Amino acid sequence: MSEHHDPSNVTNPEHAEHHIVTPMTYTIIFGTLLTFTGITVGAAFIDLGIFNPIIALAIASIKAVIVILFFMHVFYQSNLVKMTVSAGFFTFLVLITMTLTDYISRAWGLW
Amino acid sequence: MSTTTTTIVNLPDQRTATLPKRHYLNNEDGLLSWLFTGDHKRIAILYLISITFFFFIGGAFAGLIRLELLTPQPDLMASDTYNKMFSMHGIVMVFLFLVPSVPATLGNFLIPIMLGAKDLAFPKINLLSWYLYVAGGLFTLAALVLGGVDTGWTFTTPLSTHYLNTNVVTAATGIFIAGFASIFTGLNFIVTIHRMRAPGMTWFRMPLFVWANYAASILMVLGTPVVAISLVLVALERTVGIGVFDPTKGGDPLLFQHLFWFYSHPAVYIMILPGMGVISEVISTFSRKRVFGYTAVAFSSVAIALFGFFVWEHHMFIMGVSNYSALVFSLLTMLVAVPSAIKIFNWAFTLQKGSITFETPMIYAFAFMGLFVIGGMTGVFLGALGMDIHLTETYFIVAHFHYVMVGGMLMAFLAGIHFWWPKMTGRMYPESFSKLSAVTSFIGFNLTFMPQFILGYLGMPRRYHVYPPEFQVLNVLSTAGATVLGVGFLLPLLYLGWSLKYGAIAGDNPWQATGLEWQIQSPPITENFTEIPIVDHEAYDYDWLAHKTEQEVTTVG
Amino acid sequence: MDNALVATHHHTDETAVHEEHEHVVLPQHRHHFETEQQQREAGTFGMWLFLLTEIMFFGGLFFAYLLYRNWYHDAFVAASNQLSIPLGATNTAILIGSGFFMALGVWAAEVRKKGLLVLFLVITTVLGFAFLGIKYVEYHEKWEKHHIPGEHFDVSEFVNPQAYGLKEQPLAPDMAQKTQVFFSLYFAMTGMHALHMIIGIGLLFWLTWRAYRGEFSSGYVAPIENFGLYWHFVDIVWIFLFPLLYLINRHPGS
Repeated sequence: MSEHHDPSNVTNPEHAEHHIVTPMTYTIIFGTLLTFTGITVGAAFIDLGIFNPIIALAIASIKAVIVILFFMHVFYQSNLVKMTVSAGFFTFLVLITMTLTDYISRAWGLW
Repeated sequence: MSTTTTTIVNLPDQRTATLPKRHYLNNEDGLLSWLFTGDHKRIAILYLISITFFFFIGGAFAGLIRLELLTPQPDLMASDTYNKMFSMHGIVMVFLFLVPSVPATLGNFLIPIMLGAKDLAFPKINLLSWYLYVAGGLFTLAALVLGGVDTGWTFTTPLSTHYLNTNVVTAATGIFIAGFASIFTGLNFIVTIHRMRAPGMTWFRMPLFVWANYAASILMVLGTPVVAISLVLVALERTVGIGVFDPTKGGDPLLFQHLFWFYSHPAVYIMILPGMGVISEVISTFSRKRVFGYTAVAFSSVAIALFGFFVWEHHMFIMGVSNYSALVFSLLTMLVAVPSAIKIFNWAFTLQKGSITFETPMIYAFAFMGLFVIGGMTGVFLGALGMDIHLTETYFIVAHFHYVMVGGMLMAFLAGIHFWWPKMTGRMYPESFSKLSAVTSFIGFNLTFMPQFILGYLGMPRRYHVYPPEFQVLNVLSTAGATVLGVGFLLPLLYLGWSLKYGAIAGDNPWQATGLEWQIQSPPITENFTEIPIVDHEAYDYDWLAHKTEQEVTTVG
Repeated sequence: MDNALVATHHHTDETAVHEEHEHVVLPQHRHHFETEQQQREAGTFGMWLFLLTEIMFFGGLFFAYLLYRNWYHDAFVAASNQLSIPLGATNTAILIGSGFFMALGVWAAEVRKKGLLVLFLVITTVLGFAFLGIKYVEYHEKWEKHHIPGEHFDVSEFVNPQAYGLKEQPLAPDMAQKTQVFFSLYFAMTGMHALHMIIGIGLLFWLTWRAYRGEFSSGYVAPIENFGLYWHFVDIVWIFLFPLLYLINRHPGS
C-alpha cells in the first residue's frame, strides 16, 4: 500500500523541480531592464517613421518577457505554467485582432 | 438489468436505515461554523441558498413582466417601471443566478469528490467567492431598493452613460463584485482539476461533468475581467466624465459593445457548459451505459469554450459594425453549432439500446435535450446575417435565449439538483411530486416561449410594455404558460424542503451510479474520503460497479 | 465502512491519521494537499490564473488605447508631449528597481535570511511610495492645467500652443477636443495601475510584518513568491504604459 501513498505517485507529472534564482541573475536582469529603458527613451527622439511605435513596442515586449521569464521564474517553471501564461496573451490577441476586423474593415483604407 | 425494469432506484430498507452519525452537515454546529467554513460542500449549500433566493427575485420580475403584457395597454405599470422590471430581471437572472448556478453549487460540491480530493485547492478563496457573491447581490438589491436601473442588463452606452439617471453605478458595482466571485470559483476549479486529482484519475477518466466545468472555468477566468473593465469605464464616465465611450468627446459607443460582448457571449457558455456536464452524468446513469464518444464529448466542451471567444460580434450585427467583419463572425457563429451538435448526438447514441428508466433527473434531462435543440437551432437562424436583421430585437430572440437559458440551463440545473439531492442531504424526495413538477415546467415552459417565437417572427419588438392588439392572443398564451412554469418552479421548493426532514433515507448510491461521489456515504463526511481513493477504472464503468457490488455482497454476506 | 468501497485495502483509523501527518513538515501545510510540493505548485498556478484575469482586465484598456491612437493620432501626439519624460523615465527606473528588490526578497526568503528579507521588502515598499509620489506630482500638474477630463477640461493649449510657449503645431478645434480621449485613457490606465500599486503596498505592509515575525524564514515562501508575481505583473503593465503614453512622438516636425 505504501507505493500508492508515495507522494511522487500523487504529484502531477506537470511539475518542475524548484529552482532558486541567484541575486547575480537578478542583478543582470535589472541592468538589462534599465538599459532597455534608456534605449526606448532615446529611440523616441529619432524620427524612424512607422518604426517608432514598432521599436517602442518591441522593446517593451522584450522587457516584459525578461521580467516574466526571470523575475517571475517562468523560465524555471513547468510547461503548465508556461502554457497558462501564453494562454493569457493569446486571449488578449484574440480580443485585439477580432475587434480590429470590425474597425479596420468598417472604413477600408482610412484606418 | 432486464428490459422490463421501470426504476433503478435502490433505497435501503427504511425500517432499519438511518443517516450516518457524522457528516459534513452536523460536523460543526452554529451559524458561525457555516459563515467561516472552508468546506467546499458547505460553501456549495450556502451558494445554493443564495442563488435560490435570487432566482425567485428574478422570477418575481418575470411574473410582473408577463402580467403587464397580458393586455396591449399599459395598465399595470408605466413604461419607466416596465424598463426597470426587465432590466432587473436580466441582471439578477444572468449575473446572480445563471452564471453561478451549476458551477458554484453542484460544481463546488462535486468536483473535489469526483476527482478524489479532500477539498478544492483554495478553500479560503472559495469562501471569499461566496462573500463576494453576496456583496454583489446586496449591491444589486440596493440598486433595486433605491429605485432600480433601466438600461437593460447590457448597460448599452451611451444610454447608460448619458440618457438615464437611475442607479447604473450601483448595479454595475454589484456586477463587478459578483464577477470576481465567478473568477475565483473558476480559478479554484482549474487549479483543483490540474493539481488535486487522486492517483489513477487521469484526464480521460474524469467524469464529463468535470470536463464541462473545466471548460466553463477557463471562460470565467479569461472573460470576466473584460466586462469588469468595461463596467468600470461606464461608471467612470458617469461619475467623473471621462470620454472613452462618449461620442461627443470622440469615444466610440461600439467599443463598449465589443468589450461587453467579449465577456457576455462566452458568459452564455459559462452558463450552459456546466449544465451540459450534468446532462452527461444523468443520461449515462439512467440508460446504464457509458457516455457514447466520451472523448468527443469531453473535447467538444473545450471546443465550445474556445470558439466562444470568436463569435461575440453576432450580438452587434445591427449596430453598425463592418459588413465584412460581420460575415466572418457569422461564419464562426455557425461553427459553434458543431461541438454543440456533437454533444446532442452523442447523448442520443448513449440512449440507444440503453436500459432507460424515467426517474426525475432523466425527465429533466430529456426536457433539456429537446428544448436545447430548439434553442440552439434558432441560434443558427440568428447567426445568419439576413435572418438576424429581421429577427433580432424582437421576441424571437427573447424566445431563443430563454430556450437555451431556461429550457437548457435551468432544466439541467434542476436535473442536477434532483440527481445529487440524495447525496447532498442523504434523503430522497417524493418522486411522484418531482415528476409532476418536471412535467409541469416542461409544459409551462413551452406554453410561455413557443408563442414568443411566433410573436417575434410577426415583428413584435422586445422591451416594450405596449403592443398592437392583434398580438394579444399569443401574449395571453405566454402569460398563462408563465403561470404554469412558475408553479413548476415553486413545487421543488416545497417538496425538497419537506424531504429535508421527512424524506426517505437515500443510502449511499440510490441511482446505482458509478461516480466516485456515489461510492462514499450520503451526506459525505467533511473530508469526503476516509482514505484517498485509487482510481483503476474509466468513468461510467457499470461493469466495474456491478463487480464491486457483487464483491461487497460476498464480503459482507 | 462506506468509504472503504473505493479503496482496495483497509487499515484502522489510527494508521490513517498517522500516515496523513507523516509528511507534514510545515505548520502551513494544509490538510487537503498531499504534499507541500503539491500545495506550493497549486499556489503558483492559482496566482498565474489570477494574473491572466489581470491581463484581460488591462487588455480592454490597451485595446481602447490602440483604437483611439489610430483614430486621433495628432491629438494623441500633442497630448502625449504634455507628459514629462524625465518624471516618466525616473518612475520606470524606480518601478524596475522596486521589482528588482522584490525579486531579491524572494531569494532571501528561499535561503531563509530573515533580516535581508525584511530589508528588501521595506526597500520595495519605499520605492513603491516613491513611484506614487512622482505620479502625484504629475497628476497635480494636469489638474492645474485643466487636463483632467470632464467639465473643466480645457483645450486652449492644443489649439494655440504658441501662446503657451510650446513648439507644437496647433490642432484644429475638433481634433483638439480629442485630446480629452487621450487624457481619459491616460487617467484610466495609470489610475488603474496606481490602484494596483496601492493594493500591493497594502499587502507589502502585511507581508513585511509577517516576515519580521519570522514566518517566511523557515522554508515557507509561497506568500512572498506569489506576491512577487503580482508585483512584477504591475511592473510589466507600467513597462508597456511608459512608451505608449509618454513616447508616442517626441521628434517635432514629422
